[in-house]
Amino acid sequence: MDGFPILSLMMLVPLAAGIGCFFVGANAARWLALIGTLITFVLGVLLWANYEIGGPQWQFTESAELFAGFKYALGIDGIALMLIMLSVFLMPICIMASWTAIQKRVGEYMAAFLFMEVLMIGVFAAQDLFLFYIFFEAGLIPMYLIIGVWGGDNRIYASYKFFLYTLLGSVLMLIAMFWMVAEAGTSDIPTLMQYDFPVGAQTWLWLAFFASFAVKMPMWPVHTWLPDAHVQAPTAGSVILAGVLLKLGGYGFIRFSLPMFPDASAQLAWLVFALSMVAVVYTSLVALVQHDMKKLIAYSSVAHMAIVTVGLFAFNIQGLEGAMIVMLSHGLVSGALFLSVGVIYDRLHTREIDRYGGLSINMPYYALFFLLFTMASIGLPGTSGFVGEFLSLAGIYQVSTWVALICTTGIILGACYMLYLYRRVAFGDQKNADAAAMLDLDKREWAMLAPIAAVVLWMGVYPESFLAPMRADIATLDARLASAAPEGDSQLQAGPPREAAANAVPEPEHGEGEGAH
Amino acid sequence: MHSILIIVFLPLLAAIIAGLGNRMLGNVAAKSITTGALFISAALSWPIFLGFLSGSAEAEVVHVLDWVRSGGMTFDWALRVDALTAVMLVVINSVSALVHLYSWGYMEEDPDQPRFFAYLSLFTFAMLMLVTANNLVQMFFGWEGVGLASYLLIGFWFKKPTAGAAAIKAFVVNRVGDLGFMLGIFGIYLVFQTTSIPEILAAAPAMSGSSIGFLGMRLYTMDIIAILLFVGAMGKSAQLFLHTWLPDAMEGPTPVSALIHAATMVTAGVFMLCRLSPLFETAPTALMIVTVVGAATCFFAATIGTTQWDIKRVIAYSTCSQLGYMFFAAGVGAYNVAMFHLFTHAFFKALLFLGAGSVIHAMHHEQDMRYYGGLRKHIPITFWAMMAGTLAITGLGVYHLGVGFAGFWSKDAVLEVAFARGTEISVTAFWLGVVAALLTSFYSWRLMFLTFWGKPRWIESEHIQHSVHKTPAEAGEDTTGGYHPHESPITMLIPLGLLTIGAVAAGQAFAPSFLDDAAFWAGSIFYNPNLMAAMHAVPYWVKYSALIVMIIGFVGAYVAYIAKPEIPAKFVAMFPWLHRFVYNKWYFDELYDAIFVKPAFWFGRQFWKLGDIGTIDRFGPNGVAWVVEQSSVAAKKVQSGYLYTYALIMLLGLVAAVTWVLF
Repeated sequence: MDGFPILSLMMLVPLAAGIGCFFVGANAARWLALIGTLITFVLGVLLWANYEIGGPQWQFTESAELFAGFKYALGIDGIALMLIMLSVFLMPICIMASWTAIQKRVGEYMAAFLFMEVLMIGVFAAQDLFLFYIFFEAGLIPMYLIIGVWGGDNRIYASYKFFLYTLLGSVLMLIAMFWMVAEAGTSDIPTLMQYDFPVGAQTWLWLAFFASFAVKMPMWPVHTWLPDAHVQAPTAGSVILAGVLLKLGGYGFIRFSLPMFPDASAQLAWLVFALSMVAVVYTSLVALVQHDMKKLIAYSSVAHMAIVTVGLFAFNIQGLEGAMIVMLSHGLVSGALFLSVGVIYDRLHTREIDRYGGLSINMPYYALFFLLFTMASIGLPGTSGFVGEFLSLAGIYQVSTWVALICTTGIILGACYMLYLYRRVAFGDQKNADAAAMLDLDKREWAMLAPIAAVVLWMGVYPESFLAPMRADIATLDARLASAAPEGDSQLQAGPPREAAANAVPEPEHGEGEGAH
Repeated sequence: MHSILIIVFLPLLAAIIAGLGNRMLGNVAAKSITTGALFISAALSWPIFLGFLSGSAEAEVVHVLDWVRSGGMTFDWALRVDALTAVMLVVINSVSALVHLYSWGYMEEDPDQPRFFAYLSLFTFAMLMLVTANNLVQMFFGWEGVGLASYLLIGFWFKKPTAGAAAIKAFVVNRVGDLGFMLGIFGIYLVFQTTSIPEILAAAPAMSGSSIGFLGMRLYTMDIIAILLFVGAMGKSAQLFLHTWLPDAMEGPTPVSALIHAATMVTAGVFMLCRLSPLFETAPTALMIVTVVGAATCFFAATIGTTQWDIKRVIAYSTCSQLGYMFFAAGVGAYNVAMFHLFTHAFFKALLFLGAGSVIHAMHHEQDMRYYGGLRKHIPITFWAMMAGTLAITGLGVYHLGVGFAGFWSKDAVLEVAFARGTEISVTAFWLGVVAALLTSFYSWRLMFLTFWGKPRWIESEHIQHSVHKTPAEAGEDTTGGYHPHESPITMLIPLGLLTIGAVAAGQAFAPSFLDDAAFWAGSIFYNPNLMAAMHAVPYWVKYSALIVMIIGFVGAYVAYIAKPEIPAKFVAMFPWLHRFVYNKWYFDELYDAIFVKPAFWFGRQFWKLGDIGTIDRFGPNGVAWVVEQSSVAAKKVQSGYLYTYALIMLLGLVAAVTWVLF
């Protein structure tokens, strides 16, 4: 695969298909989009198969000088590879999820998804700071459109909120980028990742990037756009929002904030921890009282993303790898949960939890899938959710037992709101006749849910497949962070051995006992 | 291929086939596959156990698959087989196979049988993964896996609202314990840089004097780790404070109660302590806490058992109480004694539950003992099986004759060893255990007398009324209402018969190996020969104390429920507050509802309405919108054309960037 511009090709295929969608009828647009995304997925599999584990840090690099040092430069490491795989895996599923649900302006809708795929691949593959910025910001435009045009009743308010939050962060990040390029004299991301910015400036740069990434993550208290956006977005929009767009924040931290500003990251880790701890408890409790399924899952996303941020800022291998696995797992699981909501929304056209009930009776296979994704969401071992959560929390425990304790309460609270949801939807009696009449999954829905279920179990049982490509990159990052890494609060100290409990029992003198069994 | 692979993975395979095949496969095929798989697993387990008994087997670890490699933290899927595992293998697979068989009869009329059998087999797989774990994370996998199966089986009749609620309660309360377990694993990794059980156990003694920071406190390393792990054990084994889920778990079908909530899953906490016994031995403070919690649970649960009317709830509290015995045995350092009581208890408690199931089956799903009575002659086989179970749990046996039922051997050993340990706490535990033994005898015989003796009181039961289509008034003098309880089918009676053998003979047959044979354990648990010698040397009054209180309890129950049946009502009238307190299970549910459940929902609503909407949105996006609207012309453009504005700002930014770089 030497020299073959596979990354550009992966962007070109959906771009061409997207343009094509404008010019064909509704049904043709659906097929074109599905085929386009499937080809991209196959290319993604080739990309993964040809990615050399233990090879150079940046692979499949392409570079073309555009003007004035501004480059079209692509290339990926293992972290980017995994996130690209997540994107191209989810995209055909999104097209299938929209197959019958979207009836107006189908061509434009499919084009929006395909363009978004282009931009998402671009954002993870970009090696130039400004190229990254373009993809990063432009990627949100199709999302605004998807919410604003094909969304629910309150879509304008939702996209306005989305816009407002994002704008603030973007402006600050852009200004910081100017300063960085001026200081370092290059906009090449791999170079910048090794550049030592002055410690004093790092804090400001870190905060500027933080403004953007915290919103994307989203972290408390800039999370309130997410529930509205999810509720208003069509099913596939929610899947991409949860599955890929929320990963931009985490990717930003791991690609920019941590390696470029390690000292500031260490100094301001307390801020990340504080916001994350609040998020775990606060948003979990809010999720508990929701009546709208999508809102509930949206709030649960905020709580899960808080586990990502504490993992990232634990400054150790377990924390970083755990955070990456949580991101991948959450992309799959929350995507699948939104698809599951979509399946019944398509039948009954309501997201009100109380309108359902007893679905285990008339939709047993649906109930089984929903159960699997619910369990993955609450981190049951054997599913992807556990591996990530466990590693992240193990990582943070080495830094702070307090943060670990508070964040681990998420496993209790998560069980509360997810099982409460599952009980109201799948258990109980069939109290609503229309919900009781719904049919079980059809073939298209099987084709959407079964692949995700398989990957969720794969990642839970043998996560090595996903950890291996990222190992070297995480190790590099960990080494870069080593000098700034904080000391933990555990402070193990040796001491003189205590008398073992067993020694307290003396050997009885013989002949004194009154008998033996 | 090593037989352990078949033992562990065959039930999983059966669960997948029966679960996914479901209605396509049909009832008989699904039941045959799962039951067949379990009988194969059970048949393969006994040779392993007998191999360790005869001393011919050696501990080994079978590697299956890598699991996680993250920096220094690595753990695999692997199956460990040693003496401790072997004991658990025979308990789990034997009881599970019998419960599968029993369910053929018990679940005969259920419309959803493949799902039920799939869950049972899935549970067995998870439990086997737990006991064969060679590292703490796989143990946690099994730990949570059995929790999932328990959740599914408690909620098996999910149409009943109470079943759904009980299922969630079981899962969530267990998660509280799991929080402790997880933090314990993190602490262990921090200290030992490994999660491998043998490596931890080897390194633990060297750490006994070290100290560590935890939540701002400075504590002995091994104490805090052991306490955190014990919190996990408290959840799974329903010890005081985390016990509230177990009685509610009786919402599940009775075979489930026998398998999961009596014989196997709930003993996982005891198993964990024994598996990690060399670690717990380096943590004296933690062991003290284990002893206190175990003794307190054993007493507290027994008091509640004396007042309940639901036959399954009585046995559930009894289970809770017996688990307390196992914990304080472990707490005083006699892990082999704890395992012995676990072993015998599995047989007689499964027997009692399956017997109760047979009674419930005979009584048209009535579970309230107030509506039983006089069943002795109608279901004689069930009666004799229950009798054997009762004699076993109450511990009938005579020390000088050297004969006794299973519970006699193990419970007496627990009491004796607590006394022999000789510390203030262990002797207190002994006395609490003696009182609990009295209560055990009382509530067990109360159950027997109410169910099998006296006059039939069946017609008061709504279930029976439905069956015979009569009201009590119509039935008149005939308190049976014309109902004819029928003995259970053969598939249910065979398990009762086999478990009866266990309840009668398991103590006698295995006491020498479990109690006195260090070679049998072969280092798989911490074995203290001095303590065992001291146990045998306790005074005779200690050795007879359990028998004496058992007789007192029997006489008390006889007087109260057969000779003078008006006594219980008089007693309640005399001490109404005491009865209310005990009957309402010491008000734990109400307490937790008030301090956890209600506040969680209240805070959730406040955070949502006042936090998100009332503050963040109000001063954030809505506030900005308001400011923009106030400030004239630009407003409309921003509102309607935000997309173009956004694109424009981005473009301007890029132009600025290019300019910057160029000049």
